[in-house]
Amino acid sequence: MISVFQQHGQELLTGLENTILCSVIALFFSLIIGSTVAIFEVLPSKFLRIIGKIYIEVFRNIPLLVIGMFFYVVVPQYVFPMDGFTAGTIGLTLYTSSFIAETVRAGIQAVDGGQMEGARANGLSFMQAMWHIVLPQAFKYVIPPLGNQFINLVKNSSVLAFVAGFDLMYQGDMIASATFDTFNTYIAVGILYLIITLPLSYYMRYLEKKLA
Amino acid sequence: MKRLRKMLLVAGIFILGGLLGACSSSKTQSTWNEDKANNTITWGVKADTRLFGLMDVGTGQIKGFDIDVAKAVTKKILGAKGKAKFVQVTSKTRIPLLKNGNINAIIATMTITPDREKIVDFSKVYFAAGQSLLVKKGSSIKNVKDLNKAGTTVLAVKGSTSAVNIKKSAPNAKVLELEDYAQAFTALKSGQGQALTTDNGILFGIASENPGYHVVGGTFTNEPYGIAVDQGQTELKNKINKALSEMRKDGTYQKLLQKWFGNVAGFNLKEASQQ
Repeated sequence: MISVFQQHGQELLTGLENTILCSVIALFFSLIIGSTVAIFEVLPSKFLRIIGKIYIEVFRNIPLLVIGMFFYVVVPQYVFPMDGFTAGTIGLTLYTSSFIAETVRAGIQAVDGGQMEGARANGLSFMQAMWHIVLPQAFKYVIPPLGNQFINLVKNSSVLAFVAGFDLMYQGDMIASATFDTFNTYIAVGILYLIITLPLSYYMRYLEKKLA
Repeated sequence: MKRLRKMLLVAGIFILGGLLGACSSSKTQSTWNEDKANNTITWGVKADTRLFGLMDVGTGQIKGFDIDVAKAVTKKILGAKGKAKFVQVTSKTRIPLLKNGNINAIIATMTITPDREKIVDFSKVYFAAGQSLLVKKGSSIKNVKDLNKAGTTVLAVKGSTSAVNIKKSAPNAKVLELEDYAQAFTALKSGQGQALTTDNGILFGIASENPGYHVVGGTFTNEPYGIAVDQGQTELKNKINKALSEMRKDGTYQKLLQKWFGNVAGFNLKEASQQ
């Protein structure tokens, strides 16, 4: 296993970089999209609620691999060209955002209804009340489940391997097929994934303790 | 106390890793004795490669030249009642599957290379292929030299020799490696690369179903296909070699070659049957 790191350190490093880059981009955008959709779901407007519902049900119930392949082979053929990394990251963002939306919606609904009513009675608009009063409390509730989603996101980024996105898993495949040392290569890849996810998991636990 | 627990946890993970590592040292049993007892040989075959091994979606059966050769070899070795069982593999999974004993032999468009010979044992050549290029009709790429430019992207399949070769033949091109031929061809269609490279037999198979694409540039490597068995399974290897020689002598081999490649335009049967 050490020899895999010694001989193919550069490839693994490239893979690690791409996996982290993809995860960070996907995390950022899925948090934004997910929260927006979650707010859609609790809005008074029935039309926007339905839009939010459709978005969640579509992307939550299609396998990530299918979404990724769709952006890799179908979209470039008919719409505009994009490489594997972009296709995989977009797929991952859409997929994760649907889960984040469900999580955040649960958080918003867990905030006591009186908070919103009180804020509105004090003259805040719906969006102001949402932004300043409800959402900060909602996020506190959903930190543990959000942490799970973040860790899942990092692991799911291995979908890039199937669309030639040069991530950790893709590089692992390359090394395994060049050296035939499948066993040690995938152990090494597993360890590198742990290096990303373990600190993330500890940080989420720390946040949970600090904010609870 | 807390720190101690953490250290123990980390140590535990490494011990677990070590244990797993120890498990990987494999035992050597004779595959041949097992096969003889079960009257069955389990072959690893491709299921995504037209002409060699392609899944017929209607019947769920895999058909192709590799399959027919495997069936004929099985009959020669185990007698008329011998059964050939087929397991789907890809270029990426075939060696691990052979190593862990899920399959007894690989007949999956597998080129004999010195690197692979360190890991598995090969039979004699049963098909002499060569690497070539598949491009869209009207493409400016005519041969492998046209690919050797920055900005060109070549598609290949993970774990295949063609992926390694193209990096040497066209070092300036970017190589994208996909899971299997179906996916690689879909990627070519959607413009993820300008050419798809692999062995000519496989490319002719794709081109015969997709009139908008053709094989260009002739062959630029020699890719002799062999049947692979795990290292040390000499008995099984010798039986396979004997069966292959017999098939060439009694005409079974030529018949199979004619059946699958006789009608493929531009394909050189003589070249393929070289030993």
